[in-house]
Amino acid sequence: MFEFLSRLFSGGKSGRVAKERLQLVLIHDRNDIPPETLEKIKVEMVRLLKKYLEIDEKGINMNLERRNRSVALVADIPLKSSQRPVRGRKKNG
Amino acid sequence: MDCRIIVITSGKGGVGKTTTTANLAVALANEGHKVVAIDGDVGLRNLDVIMGLENRIVYTLVDVIEGTCRLNQAMIRDKRVSNLYMIPTAQSRTKDSVTSEQMLEICNQLRNDFDFVLIDSPAGIEAGFRNAAAGADEALVVTTPEVSAVRDADRIIGLLESMEKTPISLIVNRIKPEMVKRGEMLAVQDVLDILAVDLIGTIPDDESVVTSSNRGEPLTFSNGSGASQAFLDIAKRICGNEVPFMDLSGDQKGFLSSLRRFFGK
Repeated sequence: MFEFLSRLFSGGKSGRVAKERLQLVLIHDRNDIPPETLEKIKVEMVRLLKKYLEIDEKGINMNLERRNRSVALVADIPLKSSQRPVRGRKKNG
Repeated sequence: MDCRIIVITSGKGGVGKTTTTANLAVALANEGHKVVAIDGDVGLRNLDVIMGLENRIVYTLVDVIEGTCRLNQAMIRDKRVSNLYMIPTAQSRTKDSVTSEQMLEICNQLRNDFDFVLIDSPAGIEAGFRNAAAGADEALVVTTPEVSAVRDADRIIGLLESMEKTPISLIVNRIKPEMVKRGEMLAVQDVLDILAVDLIGTIPDDESVVTSSNRGEPLTFSNGSGASQAFLDIAKRICGNEVPFMDLSGDQKGFLSSLRRFFGK
């Protein structure tokens, strides 16, 4: 039972988890953008955006994503009390 | 036949570079090629003990570089098989005792006399690795199905590509088929999906690797174990032969393996 639960929350068998974690960490490694750099970019971007927009800082999601053979920096930045969503897509993790 | 100079490397330590170097050197010599294995790990030499030649060292690679002896004086001939030589490195020195240019010079001298020069690289991505790779034409990258080893292999592959040490071929070592079957270990295909290089060998986790290193007798001297067969297969593939890969997916948990377990082997 415990094993079942822990598997449910850890996202499956550890071999699968290893592959997914590796794929993520290697996107950072190969592009020489460590997570701490991403965090710095985020802080500066928030500072800039706040000059013009009311943004929901807690809801910001910024990640490197693999797209076929290239990599994209994808930022999801919700606005506070906005009429229209900035992006149609909501992505976590 | 043109000489091929191959560096065996991994990034992460302890994944089986030296064992691979020793076993492939023996296997290639068994196939009739003239082979020399060089220990590229100045200060932490181990190829000598893995090959069981530690008592025969008189001169080292560093002596050759410093002009204390000639290159052929540092070569230890393995008496167990014809055409196999080993060049040890110095134990009481540091990485900066050898430069990339000196390594290249030595490799080029060996090129005329050998079919294969295998260089056992130290772990890491710094000068030691760069020196070991400097004289090589191509590379074998050894990894194990673990996140740390695969991550480091990816880094090393990037560096080897920028140094134009190609082709780069991958060896996945220490596979436990029953864990792969349970989904609790990266499968060879997972590692290939991630690293995107050519596979040249898969080696099962095998206790006989430990016992053979205890004795200083590379496995490929005596046939029989799974790992030994895997190394012999890799040697054949290096020579351009098509050899099917051992099934390490854990799917064929057949009669033979249960029999082996029954007899405690």
